[in-house]
Amino acid sequence: MLRKMIEIRRFEERVERLFLQEGALIGPSHLYLGEEAVAAGAIGALNENDLITSTYRGHGHAIAKGVPMKPLMAELFGKSTGTCKGLGGSMHVAIYPEKGSMYATAIVGSGIPIATGVGLALQREGKQRVAMTFFGDGATNTGAFHEGINLASVWKVPVIFVCENNMYAMSTRADYAVAAESVASRAQAYKMRSMVADGNDPVSVYLAAKEAIDAARNGQGPTLLECMTYKLHGHGVYDKGEYRPKEEIEAWLKRDPINGLEARLLKANLATQSDFEKIEEEVAAEVEESVAFARASPVLPFDELVKYVYVR
Amino acid sequence: MPELTYADALREALREEMLRDPRVVLMGEEIGVFEGVYKVTRGLLKEFGPERVRDTPISEAAIAGAAVGAALGGLKPVAEIMYMDFLTICLDQIATNAAKMHFMSGGKLKVPFVLRTQYSLGRVHGAQHSQFFPSIFFQAPGLKVVLPSTPHDAKGLLKAAIREDNPVVFIESGMLYRTKGPVPDGEYVVPLGQCDVKKTGNDITIVAVSRTVTEALAAAMKLEEQGITADVIDPRTIQPLDLATILESVRKTGRLIIASDDVKCGGVGSEIAAQVVEEAFDSLDAPILRVASPDMPIPFSPTLEQAYMPNAQRIIEAAKKLIG
Repeated sequence: MLRKMIEIRRFEERVERLFLQEGALIGPSHLYLGEEAVAAGAIGALNENDLITSTYRGHGHAIAKGVPMKPLMAELFGKSTGTCKGLGGSMHVAIYPEKGSMYATAIVGSGIPIATGVGLALQREGKQRVAMTFFGDGATNTGAFHEGINLASVWKVPVIFVCENNMYAMSTRADYAVAAESVASRAQAYKMRSMVADGNDPVSVYLAAKEAIDAARNGQGPTLLECMTYKLHGHGVYDKGEYRPKEEIEAWLKRDPINGLEARLLKANLATQSDFEKIEEEVAAEVEESVAFARASPVLPFDELVKYVYVR
Repeated sequence: MPELTYADALREALREEMLRDPRVVLMGEEIGVFEGVYKVTRGLLKEFGPERVRDTPISEAAIAGAAVGAALGGLKPVAEIMYMDFLTICLDQIATNAAKMHFMSGGKLKVPFVLRTQYSLGRVHGAQHSQFFPSIFFQAPGLKVVLPSTPHDAKGLLKAAIREDNPVVFIESGMLYRTKGPVPDGEYVVPLGQCDVKKTGNDITIVAVSRTVTEALAAAMKLEEQGITADVIDPRTIQPLDLATILESVRKTGRLIIASDDVKCGGVGSEIAAQVVEEAFDSLDAPILRVASPDMPIPFSPTLEQAYMPNAQRIIEAAKKLIG
């Protein structure tokens, strides 16, 4: 899990530099910095053949699900070697069915009923596979969320609805916009199991996700899992998140999920500083290789695009 | 050849495809216990059980979204949206998710599902239960759009749609459910993207979609009594559109009328007219005329609704205007 979290962190930091300092990337991009424990913990509790759906903030989900960095980075560069051949971009980069990452939508909330449908297919399949879908606190104010989880509950599909509650939908605070005690409490209205995890602690997320996944596998239906977390920076790569109170940012920075996990591992004598250094070294090399790969890759010829509109 | 109603022809298509492919599941409002508002799913819950014939809450966004997801997960869902008016509630799933998923995944994702719906213009359902707006889907490349006008085509096109690898919006006409027509025994499909030339003539081409095909044929018979002969062409699918057949006819007749129940501005007729002008301007002897609904909401009053709808008389008037 630590390895995945470091992979996400260093990948995203590199992406941020490619946007802001090098001007090599353009377009909307929503980084996963600060939320690494959610993807690493929740996806870490899945089996490899389980399915996920992601969102426009999907780089972290993709890495956690095992999508290699090279096609991820190439997609951000719009290259033909990208996960979506350069036709999707950052907001859809997590689409990688080869690793069970089935979709990434850029429309807030719209992946939720889709996950219900994926769950239906897995329920029909009868092989105890489950689906997991990710979305933010803002998505829980959309009709698609309410319709999607209601139908999931009616059909008792094996889906884990993971809300990454990072307290803000763009700049709009969840405590203003979510008219409920919590996101998790919304599950009660749909007779759905709910849980709250510390989204900056991968162990907390993992344990909650595991329980939800086991229930789904055993035919006990869906769970709404709310993970409390925080974006290191703003909504998108160009947003510094300056609308957030300084004290709040500082308090969350002290709870950095990677530092926290490393400290625990050291304290429990499960790892040493040199273990972390080795991971950092390997990950840094992997990230740089992905950038070189992306830069060297070609763009799809425009004439070929027509081939991708319809399945032929 | 045995005769079936349009509704029963659709039901046969669903039943045969469900027998043929266990991945086919149905979902929608009132389709199971109630057997469909128009009885298209009559008997299917009993035969296939609630796992494959799934009643849903009144929840169009969830129905469409679940169909997309189920298709992603390997099923072949056929989702029903009771009235075409309700498609706007789930347009995000159809136009912004499903239509684009194959493309924006670089060809990796496939979402083979059929979204069945119907429009009730002519059935005195008022402004919010009668709308017909298939042309909006021209703006969502990636979708196929099917508009059957006969029991024969309803069955054959629905079977083809279910076997598609692409998402299909399948728009039925509520006015046609009880109409009867010949439907062959046994297996057949009508491929998407092929016009049906219903009648041939020399003086004018009438392209008509869905319910207005019947009106166009009635108009053509009347015109023939007056010495004017018409090609009557039903495109059957507007995406893909078999433009070649339409062009061939226009090159022969030099005159084109397009009849359709949607409002005139930006409708199916507008797009077909534009494509014909681009490809066959030199063959046209007269302006292209559209016989469509006026650019206003649909009135409730039965008398006013009849006045609102395209009909054979208006097609005849258009033809006379062109031929003079």
